[in-house]
Amino acid sequence: MALLELQDIHTYYGAIHALKGISIHVDEGEIVTLIGANGAGKSTTLNTICGLQHPRSGSVTLKGESIQHLPAHEIVTRGVAQAPEGRRVFGRLNVTENLEMGAFVRVDKDGIKRDMERVFTLFPRLKERAKQVAGTLSGGEQQMLAIGRALMASPRLLLLDEPSMGLAPILVEAIFDTITEINAQGTTVLLVEQNALIALSVASRGYVMETGSIRLADTAEALRNNEMVRRVYLGET
Amino acid sequence: MLRRLLRRVSGTTVFMWLIGIAMLVVVVWGVYATLSSGRYKASDWIDLTVYGIAQGSVYALIALGYTLVYGILRMINFAHSEVFMSGPFIGYFVAMALSQSGFFNRQPFVSLIIVLLVAMTVSTTIAVLLERIAYRPLRRAPRLVPLITAIGASYFLQYTFLGLFGSGIKGYPEVAQLKGYWPFPGTSSGILRTQAVVIVSAFVMLAILYVFVQRTKTGKAMQAVSEDKDAAALMGIDVDRIIVITFVVGGALAGAAGVLYALLFKQVKFDMGFLPGIKAFTAAVLGGIGNVNGAMLGSLFLGISESLFPNLVLDGLGLPAPYQLKDALAFIMLVAVLIFRPTGILGERLAVKKA
Repeated sequence: MALLELQDIHTYYGAIHALKGISIHVDEGEIVTLIGANGAGKSTTLNTICGLQHPRSGSVTLKGESIQHLPAHEIVTRGVAQAPEGRRVFGRLNVTENLEMGAFVRVDKDGIKRDMERVFTLFPRLKERAKQVAGTLSGGEQQMLAIGRALMASPRLLLLDEPSMGLAPILVEAIFDTITEINAQGTTVLLVEQNALIALSVASRGYVMETGSIRLADTAEALRNNEMVRRVYLGET
Repeated sequence: MLRRLLRRVSGTTVFMWLIGIAMLVVVVWGVYATLSSGRYKASDWIDLTVYGIAQGSVYALIALGYTLVYGILRMINFAHSEVFMSGPFIGYFVAMALSQSGFFNRQPFVSLIIVLLVAMTVSTTIAVLLERIAYRPLRRAPRLVPLITAIGASYFLQYTFLGLFGSGIKGYPEVAQLKGYWPFPGTSSGILRTQAVVIVSAFVMLAILYVFVQRTKTGKAMQAVSEDKDAAALMGIDVDRIIVITFVVGGALAGAAGVLYALLFKQVKFDMGFLPGIKAFTAAVLGGIGNVNGAMLGSLFLGISESLFPNLVLDGLGLPAPYQLKDALAFIMLVAVLIFRPTGILGERLAVKKA
């Protein structure tokens, strides 16, 4: 059984039909990527999974249980955490407090402490800045914090929305190395990216979205070699 | 060089600065004239300052309700002054009952605590009901809509209390032990006992609130929600619950403030919330609305200034009955702050933060 499955999801923003029948699935242990241009509906898909948006029809199931009617804060307790687009760290709280907020739903003090150490091992930069107010961190550090904060919920499924956005290439590479590492430690990842090249290099499978629908679904390898993907998303001629 | 400077400075700016300088000159001149006339003794200034601190600490308890709600909902809860009024108003009936049974005279402090708890409960209930009935259904509406609703709710509550309990002034029973002064050791001046009690209780509650917001998990979740509701929801924070908690905290502080206010002025009335409410709102803006420390600081600043300034500044200018002008003075200060530092003393620029 798939860890996460979306079946024929239709989501609206007011009158705008943002998702027009999306069906995807993510299996335990995978990195799956959702690529596509601006406005294709990638973030809306993540927000529909997280409960920030509710689909008008269709179903979202997590381990066979349907969750599409649940509010966002309850979905976190089921093991889904998101590092949202634009990082959205709490700028007035310090790094440690941000991480504590990530673990808001948990009560196991020892586990929280262990995960805090784990995040500091993954991102040593955050440890150096543990008491610094998050609003004063650089863009790369904020991205690390956003991912670390999501990990603090100890999720089974980690949703990442544009982790490469606005970062220097060398930082992007470091972040994606860490994403691979997080996955190797046992967390399933659903990754939304505009940077298709790097997304397809870490993912095992991928979906290509266009204006609210899934255009292509295949292994990352096959997508990298797909003529249309090469032309449109990898910028090759 | 000079020309470039002139081009950058518009006529309005110059005009504003002239107003500012004029205000400053008037203040300095007034202070100088008052002090050199020697009409007041040092102990008078101490009395006025203590009174200002007492007044300011009550403002601070109310102002926190405005600023916490603003921080989270970006909305001015104009009905907060009625949340403040309702607690001590119902508390009055409890105090009267206790007084008639003779319990109030035998155990004045236990009675005061009972009245305080009743007032806090009533104010909290009203605040939570307001949120549930008047504001939550409008959460997604344009910002002007809940503002108008708040004004409507304010009048609804005022006139409900007027209708139920009449328009008369209701006098709180006096506590014999709180009459008179406690002298400052080694000086000729002292502090009114009620003022001392008000100041101490207010500061204790402010300290508890500060620790709650800064140190507890729920307090930090409140800060997180005030920064970014969606991101907070993604952490598993139940945003609606945090909003309710915010109204609970604001309501409880307002109820407590109401009892302290009733201790200072020994009476309640259906429209007693209006002036302290709008003053506390002014103080919250002075300190930087949305900022907890700012609200406390702005309130003490406002309390002390409106107590000191009429005598300190206006008296020297030869104005008759300067004390009658203290309310006008409070609002002149609000306007001055809005002109020269729109974000308040500790406020951050919202526009920058949003970007």
